[in-house]
Amino acid sequence: MPERAGQQHGPRDLRLVGLRKAFGSAVAVDDLSLTIPAGSFFALLGPSGCGKTTTLRMVAGLEIPTAGQVLLGDEDITRRRPYERPVNTVFQSYALFPHLSVEENVAFGLRRRGRKDVKGVVAEMLALVELAGFGRRRPGQLSGGQQQRVAVARALINEPEVLLLDEPLGALDLKLRRQMQLELKRIQTSVGSTFVHVTHDQEEAMTMADTIAVMNAGLVEQLGSPRELYERPASRYVANFLGQSNCLDGSVVATQGDETLVEVHGVRLLVPGRLGPPGSPASLGVRPEKARALPWDAALPADSAVRDPALRNAIPGTVTDVSFTGLSTQYVVRTAWGEDLGVFSQNAGGEAPVLRGDTVVVAWRPEHTFPLAPASVVAEEAAEQPLPRPAVPPTMAPLGS
Amino acid sequence: MTAVRTAPVTATPPADQPPVPPDRRRVPYLLLLPGLLWLAVFFVVPLFTLVSTSLQTGSLEEGYALTFSWSTYGGVWTTYGRQLLRSFCYAGSATVLALLIGYPLAYAIAFKAQRWRNVMLVLVVAPFFTSFLLRTLAWKIVLADDGWVVGTLQAVGLVSDTGRLLATPAAVVLGLTYNFLPFMVLPLYASLEKMDPLLLEAASDLHATPMTAFRTVTWPLSLPGVVAGTLLTFIPAAGDYVNVQFLGTPTSQMIGNVIESRFLTVLDYPAAAALSITVMAAVLVLVLAYVRRVGARELL
Repeated sequence: MPERAGQQHGPRDLRLVGLRKAFGSAVAVDDLSLTIPAGSFFALLGPSGCGKTTTLRMVAGLEIPTAGQVLLGDEDITRRRPYERPVNTVFQSYALFPHLSVEENVAFGLRRRGRKDVKGVVAEMLALVELAGFGRRRPGQLSGGQQQRVAVARALINEPEVLLLDEPLGALDLKLRRQMQLELKRIQTSVGSTFVHVTHDQEEAMTMADTIAVMNAGLVEQLGSPRELYERPASRYVANFLGQSNCLDGSVVATQGDETLVEVHGVRLLVPGRLGPPGSPASLGVRPEKARALPWDAALPADSAVRDPALRNAIPGTVTDVSFTGLSTQYVVRTAWGEDLGVFSQNAGGEAPVLRGDTVVVAWRPEHTFPLAPASVVAEEAAEQPLPRPAVPPTMAPLGS
Repeated sequence: MTAVRTAPVTATPPADQPPVPPDRRRVPYLLLLPGLLWLAVFFVVPLFTLVSTSLQTGSLEEGYALTFSWSTYGGVWTTYGRQLLRSFCYAGSATVLALLIGYPLAYAIAFKAQRWRNVMLVLVVAPFFTSFLLRTLAWKIVLADDGWVVGTLQAVGLVSDTGRLLATPAAVVLGLTYNFLPFMVLPLYASLEKMDPLLLEAASDLHATPMTAFRTVTWPLSLPGVVAGTLLTFIPAAGDYVNVQFLGTPTSQMIGNVIESRFLTVLDYPAAAALSITVMAAVLVLVLAYVRRVGARELL
């Protein structure tokens, strides 16, 4: 067995170049290119079947790519055997060895590389995952959360350059999952390895990761920090996979400096950025918590709305549903053309109460508006949102950040 | 602290819970009844008869009488110790051979056969559709001096030109291996099939080469199957007499042949019974030592 490659050099980025994997005629991952910086906590986020686990398995060496390369720094590891890579995996079902004690499970990787004096390191690692004293048990005698931590310890003890986490928290209940999320983040910060985390849970990805790649149908839809993805989603898919969004389709009226005026069913809305020549189709979105539902008379007169930036983008409509959740009130407002808009109003007091049936104006600041890929490309798919398994969009180029 | 509380599963039920109705408690015993009856009639009673027969003395002409004499045991040991040892050697060789052939086969069926899995399992069991005697007789033809097996082996020089296979210990071991192979393959398959293939991926991910992964994961997890398979092969093979009769020679008799002739030809019942008991005890000792050695008691 070769010495671990990671020992001779500093931290190396994990790079995927034009990675593609097809199973027969089914393409699981399609021309995927990503650079995952050394030491980062990176999440591959997407619904099941989007190719994220296949990507992970190609990095682990458990799947050979149909085309493309997996690189660590400049070293091509595409065809290296799994046992020859400085990469370890925490499997979704943990895959602990049932015939070995917790200690022996954790020591497994070290022993395979010929290390004899493992006792101290194993004890240290078990302490790190707060399982000191459980070393002699068999995996079958542990709870799900404990098994999960053994799986993390078993992978981490090898000091991998890249630790792969394949939905490791999926089997845990909500409370334990929260706890483990923070735990994993803490461990990542203290060991400094690159963590690549595969999940379909957007909240989990946002909580833990520095960078998230949102995957859909074998492609990366958008890449960025959790905040970037949330505040500036580039497509309807991302806008609705991470949280909820109101998405509207219209056409460009004019470009005003760095903003574009878009007309949606006769309502003119201001969108940051340049969206193309007048007359071209344009889509935009706004988060429900960024919008306010104001009684009709409060938003009048119309010309004052133009001057108040908080009311600059405004769509009239009728409240069709009000649900009070304590923390916030959620409104559904139906526009004149029959589209439903969501509005979350935080229960901070001061806002005039709005009742079902009231005529209101849904208003928000132009800078809270985000442009989306034009509807003509994604119209079909958008209709399905925010279901976790979207239809495959007909032609969707991977979008950079 | 997230320690597992290992509360005993059989904790006494709370007082407000109704006690198990008496009918319910009888169910396990009722389920055991047919098996117990069967064992009592066809195992315990014959075993007692066998032991008492072995303690008889006398002769065929005058009749045998129960005299609680242990002398027969000493006699059979000195007279037939060689056949007993030979039996264990043959059975042991056949078991090792069956393991060497059966393990890869069971492994292939469990992990590689995919949609051919059931077909292959049927093929493993297929020989059972023919009688044991017929199958062994067929081997006589296969291994015959003018047969193609001997011819081929002579052609490549593995057997000398005057050499033969039939009526050699090799033929007996081959026959035993063939006849008991399914008893090896099926338990091996059952234990391998239970194994999660993901464990091998995990082992590979944790820097184990395929050979090491086999040694440290697959093999230990298949041990219950290995133990069951070797016992199911060794025990009946050690007591077999048909293979020697058809494929061996009178000078290479196994203990089964001796018992058969004592009982059915010489009609020396006490000696035959004493031999049977001796074989049973010897096998039992061997098996216990083996199971202990493999450390599979907790796995079984």
